[in-house]
Amino acid sequence: MLQEESDLSLIIAQIVQKLKGSNLYSQLERQAWASLQRPEIKLESLKEDIKEFFKISGWEKKLQNAVYSELSVFPLPSHPAAPPEHLKEPLVYMRKAQGSWEKRILKSLNSMCTELSIPLARKRPVGEQKELLNKWNEMGTDEPDLSLFRPVYAPKDFLEVLINLRNPNYENGDSLSFRTHLGLIQVPLKVKDIPELKECFVELGLNIGQLGIDDSTQVPPELFENEHVRIGQKEQDSAAAQQYIRQGSPTALRAELWALILNISSQPEDVLYYEQLKTNVIQHDLLVDSLIYKDVKLTASNDDYYFVFEDYLYQVLLCFSRDTSVLSHFAFNSASPPKSYIRGKLGLEEYAVFYPPNGVIPFHGFSMYVAPLCFLYHEPSKLYQIFREMYVRFFFRLHSISSHPSGIVSLCLLFETLLQTYLPQLFYHLREIGAQPLRISFKWMVRAFSGYLATDQLLLLWDRILGYNSLEILAVLAAAVFAFRAVNLMEVTSLAAAEAVLADLSTLKVMPLLQIFLFATVT
Amino acid sequence: MNTLMDVLRHRPGWVEVKDEGEWDFYWCDVSWLRENFDHTYMDEHVRISHFRNHYDLTRKNYMVKNLKRFRKQLEREAGKLEAAKCDFFPKTFEMPCEYHLFVEEFRKNPGITWIMKPDTRSSDDQKDDIPVENYVAQRYIENPYLIGGRKFDLRVYVLVMSYIPLRAWLYRDGFARFSNTRFTLNSIDDQYVHLTNVAVQKTSPDYHPKKGCKWTLQRFRQYLASKHGPEAVETLFRDIDNIFVKSLQSVQKVIISNKHCFELYGYDILIDQDLKPWLLEVNASPSLTASSQEDYELKTCLLEDTLHVVDMEARLRQRSEETTEAALLLPSSSEESFQLIPSCQEEISLSRPCV
Repeated sequence: MLQEESDLSLIIAQIVQKLKGSNLYSQLERQAWASLQRPEIKLESLKEDIKEFFKISGWEKKLQNAVYSELSVFPLPSHPAAPPEHLKEPLVYMRKAQGSWEKRILKSLNSMCTELSIPLARKRPVGEQKELLNKWNEMGTDEPDLSLFRPVYAPKDFLEVLINLRNPNYENGDSLSFRTHLGLIQVPLKVKDIPELKECFVELGLNIGQLGIDDSTQVPPELFENEHVRIGQKEQDSAAAQQYIRQGSPTALRAELWALILNISSQPEDVLYYEQLKTNVIQHDLLVDSLIYKDVKLTASNDDYYFVFEDYLYQVLLCFSRDTSVLSHFAFNSASPPKSYIRGKLGLEEYAVFYPPNGVIPFHGFSMYVAPLCFLYHEPSKLYQIFREMYVRFFFRLHSISSHPSGIVSLCLLFETLLQTYLPQLFYHLREIGAQPLRISFKWMVRAFSGYLATDQLLLLWDRILGYNSLEILAVLAAAVFAFRAVNLMEVTSLAAAEAVLADLSTLKVMPLLQIFLFATVT
Repeated sequence: MNTLMDVLRHRPGWVEVKDEGEWDFYWCDVSWLRENFDHTYMDEHVRISHFRNHYDLTRKNYMVKNLKRFRKQLEREAGKLEAAKCDFFPKTFEMPCEYHLFVEEFRKNPGITWIMKPDTRSSDDQKDDIPVENYVAQRYIENPYLIGGRKFDLRVYVLVMSYIPLRAWLYRDGFARFSNTRFTLNSIDDQYVHLTNVAVQKTSPDYHPKKGCKWTLQRFRQYLASKHGPEAVETLFRDIDNIFVKSLQSVQKVIISNKHCFELYGYDILIDQDLKPWLLEVNASPSLTASSQEDYELKTCLLEDTLHVVDMEARLRQRSEETTEAALLLPSSSEESFQLIPSCQEEISLSRPCV
């Protein structure tokens, strides 16, 4: 009891600390001072009156949203004596693996640098700065020579690293038993099974209305859709919105709801901050910029849905790589930002900088995290804020090695376990023909299905990611897709043929698949 | 990728006839029509894919005349408000005969930009014998709706089975065609910026065939709905439906009605920043070559459903029926994808797939 109380007060203290530095705090202070003018505020009951005032004027709600937001993002502190690395990642072998993976990435980046004799960063000459400023809204028309650049890594390289992860303390013996895991991931992490998933995703059940199913043309809107839209329009509370969105978000409300859940409100300070980042982009050129250009050209520009938004992608990603506020998320990310040293001062800590400034090195397909958001947000600074928040809450887990239940390792293990447990024949068949299912589904999960599903379906899926504050649904969907195409997959005799069966997901309807897999399959 | 040949060849029971053979169905060129229609005998059941004087709808100068006349009539009969519904065609002057009127208009409104368009041949129509001698000067829409900084237009398909009575079908799918470069009035000389036909875009140095620069109408609706809300989208599409109805009504009495004829039109619609749709052009021979896999699927489905509505199978069956036995009724129209546009007397209530 005492432990819980002290935990709680620790959390409260941390959140208060965090919020004290925020804009909301100064706004509340200003409001409190201004409210002293009001007749209903009496000196004798000052505290209560001001609290009442906050409640009525909606400021309490804003504060509630901010606190809720902090709670969602910040992991709970464990033992008070735990060192900070444990917040990043409690398991030693995972930390080590992440460390050596990072070394490899950096080596690759550095060698590309020396091969091409391009500095990691340089200041742009004034003429170039002016030119870039003029073309800021149409950077897509630029066609720089990117043939010599290669993406630093692709998802399949990362998969190889995950396959080789081993827990040195775990010995499961050489003999095969029913406990043996037949998939590629061989680390013993706890993942949920279908009964647990059913409990977790209870709002996706068969007897509960869903957008993505119960808003189709055959279903009369009075049954579910109208009421759901009406409720959605009234929402101002982050926590309630998060609960609401588990049943999907109406198209017209989605942009606002996501902003509410992520606690993004476009204040003038935010716009100013974005402009500042834009200035940084104009003034300095980073090697990472070319990687971003290359990625956008290779992926989003070639996509039938997203080619229109090419310019927005540059505007977001180039600014993102200069945003040092992103560094704060490394406190709970198993990854660490790469360090670079000013030329000639290698090893001297005073001359160390993080490179890129936000510590995130983009890989092949990174721009696809941003592309679907362009559908919802058109104002660059708001689009930027939403993306940044989505990244530090969810996306970073998809490309760093950790034991977190939403981390990519757990997702892979969850996917394989679901398949092995509930579709054993299919799993065994695919394994026999050399088509381990994870080899096909890995790329879907790393990109959170962006670029594989139709946009409206993808947005319905991301609604649930926000609603449940977890990425586990990606693994469940991947398994559901395999279940759906099981008949065809049983016929194939090679990895290439299996890939072909699963090449096109653009016609899939996400919610029926998830519902059937979780709630309608006899287990 | 020729969609038409693929669809026709795959249709069960259909046989391709060459040259002088007898045919029941002909998807013809407008040039063939012009030369042969008047002295070709056609049995009752025979169908051909153009109306004799389709140019009353598809040539801009004729379209303008017909629309103006119809508008006057509407104003007399139903008042100014109703007539204003015909204001979807940008002001157009035929050259060279309306040159003086054009100059007057030009002087009255000096800031406006005008675009000169050739009138006989559009890139969609096949090679024409008539040399391009006519032009129209059309008011240029300077505030087009932009997506991602790019200009686009909508291509929608309307199948007219007859003019008297007016029976027209609207295809549920269509696409938005994007210009490959960013829209700006500064580069008014750059034809690639302004002309969004894929045929023109294909010659632009920026064009990458993989991109296709097209969105399906569904995707376009979703994008608009998430930006402006579903009501605004419904209003926009109702206004677009109004364009079809009014344009067809305006030529209803002019087009030579012939039971053998049907026509699949490609309507080009431009949306401006106030979400008002403008009619740019009606094509009697919309391009049926596909620029991508998605495009191929759209066009083959379009053609298949067109053939379902035309329903040669039922007509041939009726023809060969000697007895009065009831023939097996196959569905004679694909209700899924084509929708009958009710005539102007009834209230228009087209339902679209939900966004």
